[in-house]
Amino acid sequence: SGHRTQNVRRKGNPKLLFMGSRRSGKSSVQKVVFQKLSPADTLFLESTSRIETANMHSFITFESAELPTSIVTAVTAPAPDFDHQAIFSNAGAVIWILDVQDEYLTSITSMIQTAVFLAETYPRINFEVFIHKTDGLSDEYKYETFREVRQRVQDELSDLGHGDRSVSYYQTSIFDHSIFEAMSKVVQKLLPQLPAMEALLNKLCSTCRIQKAYLFDTVSKIYLATDASPSFLRDYEVCSDYVDVIVDIKQIYGWHGQGNSSQEDGGGVGESMVSYDRSGDTYVYAREINNYLSLICVMGRGSSADKRVLIDYNAGILHDALLQIFKV
Amino acid sequence: MERSKRQKQRKVLLMGRSGAGKSSMRSIIFSNYVAKDVRRLGATVDVEHSNIRFMGNLMLNLWDCGGQDSFVESYLTNQRSHVFTSVAVLIFVFDISSKEAAADLLGFSSTIRALHEFSPNSKVFVLMHKMDLVPTDQKPRQLQQRSADVRATCIDEGFLDQQVEFWPTSIWDQSLYRAWTQVIYFLVPNASTIESMLRKLGELLDARELILYERTTCLVVTHITRGVEARNPYGDRFERMSSILKTHKHSMAKHTGTMASEVSFAEMQIKTGDFMFFITRLTENTNLAVVMPGDEAAFNAARINVQIARKEFDYLDIAERKGKDLQKQ
Ligand SMILES: Nc1nc2c(ncn2[C@@H]2O[C@H](COP(=O)(O)OP(=O)(O)OP(=O)(O)O)[C@@H](O)[C@H]2O)c(=O)[nH]1
Ligand SMILES: Nc1nc2c(ncn2[C@@H]2O[C@H](COP(=O)(O)OP(=O)(O)O)[C@@H](O)[C@H]2O)c(=O)[nH]1
Ligand SMILES: [Mg+2]
Repeated sequence: SGHRTQNVRRKGNPKLLFMGSRRSGKSSVQKVVFQKLSPADTLFLESTSRIETANMHSFITFESAELPTSIVTAVTAPAPDFDHQAIFSNAGAVIWILDVQDEYLTSITSMIQTAVFLAETYPRINFEVFIHKTDGLSDEYKYETFREVRQRVQDELSDLGHGDRSVSYYQTSIFDHSIFEAMSKVVQKLLPQLPAMEALLNKLCSTCRIQKAYLFDTVSKIYLATDASPSFLRDYEVCSDYVDVIVDIKQIYGWHGQGNSSQEDGGGVGESMVSYDRSGDTYVYAREINNYLSLICVMGRGSSADKRVLIDYNAGILHDALLQIFKV
Repeated sequence: MERSKRQKQRKVLLMGRSGAGKSSMRSIIFSNYVAKDVRRLGATVDVEHSNIRFMGNLMLNLWDCGGQDSFVESYLTNQRSHVFTSVAVLIFVFDISSKEAAADLLGFSSTIRALHEFSPNSKVFVLMHKMDLVPTDQKPRQLQQRSADVRATCIDEGFLDQQVEFWPTSIWDQSLYRAWTQVIYFLVPNASTIESMLRKLGELLDARELILYERTTCLVVTHITRGVEARNPYGDRFERMSSILKTHKHSMAKHTGTMASEVSFAEMQIKTGDFMFFITRLTENTNLAVVMPGDEAAFNAARINVQIARKEFDYLDIAERKGKDLQKQ
């Protein structure tokens, strides 16, 4: 339908492959992030025995697939007729899910074999490790496990002559925002427009004294870029939750204009802000770039509401520049 | 008018068998818990009281009565008059998934008997709780079956049909807000005055909808709808708003590192081509959500007009303070 014309359709859609041992959480991650399954409902997921894909059409079309454990075996001990081309040739990233609430040493072994296979055969594929199910663990234990896993993988890769292979590690859980933040970072590496977006956001932040700015894919709540200032999970959380508030209220009260509300039709630019202390001193500002892309900013102290005009103006410039970058 | 000047202490009993979910719902609505936190709650020992102020002159005095048999026994015997005197509302919670329906009903009937003895004019809200555990296709039938027995019991004990209401609830969706909004609406002493003041304000602003809600609980006190908004297809939007705003409060609290009860939310605005929306404080304990057509000038005027109107609504709070001073003399 015409509704989807704003999607970016090109060869560069991020393609993600999920791997890991049985019950590590591959289906859960895929379903929670791309199909909006509620985390509690993942308890009832059945084991996956064939390649299962989940695509999400939003500003970006995300393509993801989960590889059953049989493929992992095929990779680590390849039979001559194993057609790895079909699976890996156009993948952007392989995400290895490591369940830290389970015995994970065997998983690390196959993870390393897979990393080596990829480094030798598909060096352009990013290798990402999710140290998963960290909910309910103490901070100290989480940190220790993280360090231990990273150290072990790095050591073994070095021993195998792949010490230069860059591997990224993330602590994740589907029960909080950490999984979305990790997925955001994985996806960003696959976007050729990233440097241009980051440059625009940096400029906006310094001109308008913005503490933190994110460019959100509205539907998935994955952020496609953020400015260079230090990034804290809680900033992402508040922005991501605020996207929900806006989307929900727009659904309730946007019912008359449904279907003809895009900017091409001359409708106003969607804009929103919330301030949350009596002085109105700290606030979150949101601006729709189009139906699928939003700019969300955490405004620092001292960026009081009288600077709104400046912010509106500069956000307008960013808005146009982004549309240029993506030629939407 | 005179009546609205006195502070109204309204006693609300929250009862039901142990594990039915009473404290869970109380913690979510009044103590800023989120649904998944309620697993941490222990069984309630005896009665836990909370006082919540609404609109200045309504003070809700909530009694969460632990449901273990020994406590119930004591409410019905040595504490009988203490518990059941001057009750405005009894909220009775049934666990719809309970395997002991007969025992549940028996407990209910002795409670209702005591209530009729000491507060025969009180109102009874029966909540059929944990509806999330019932498969969707069986919901209407189960609900109907269980309520029929409960209703018959109420009539047997001398309550009139219109004194009893039934609401399905679950802590996992907005049905909880729907039920509690009904309770609040019943208790607000001057609902019709507030409503007509809001209606006037709505005309002045030429707003599509106004929603007045209590700040800490996010429960809707009242709302008015005008013009095209009457055709809004989302009939459940008021409880949805409660739930959206409550979730938002939690998120802000986490971000600012404060307690959810202390987040003071100054203003929210959402502007689109289709509609414009803002929320602002109206009185000490209430916020007003305003839905306007998508017109910038009208929106800006409306924000100023609400600020001006605040004074008139303040009267609802001031009246209560005057009342207090009089009591002291
Ligand atoms: N599935 C489901 N579980 C619920 C719901 N509401 C509460 N529960 C669960 O029910 C259990 C008991 O909840 P409480 O709120 O402590 O029960 P109570 O009625 O206060 O019990 P007493 O204080 O002993 O009278 C908890 O494990 C809750 O997580 C609901 O809507 N759905
Ligand atoms: N505690 C916790 N459990 C999780 C998490 N992610 C997934 N799970 C649970 O792990 C189990 C296996 O998940 P599933 O996605 O089917 O694993 P798969 O075989 O790798 O696809 C399910 O019961 C999920 O609910 C998480 O972040 N934390
Ligand atoms: Mg209790």
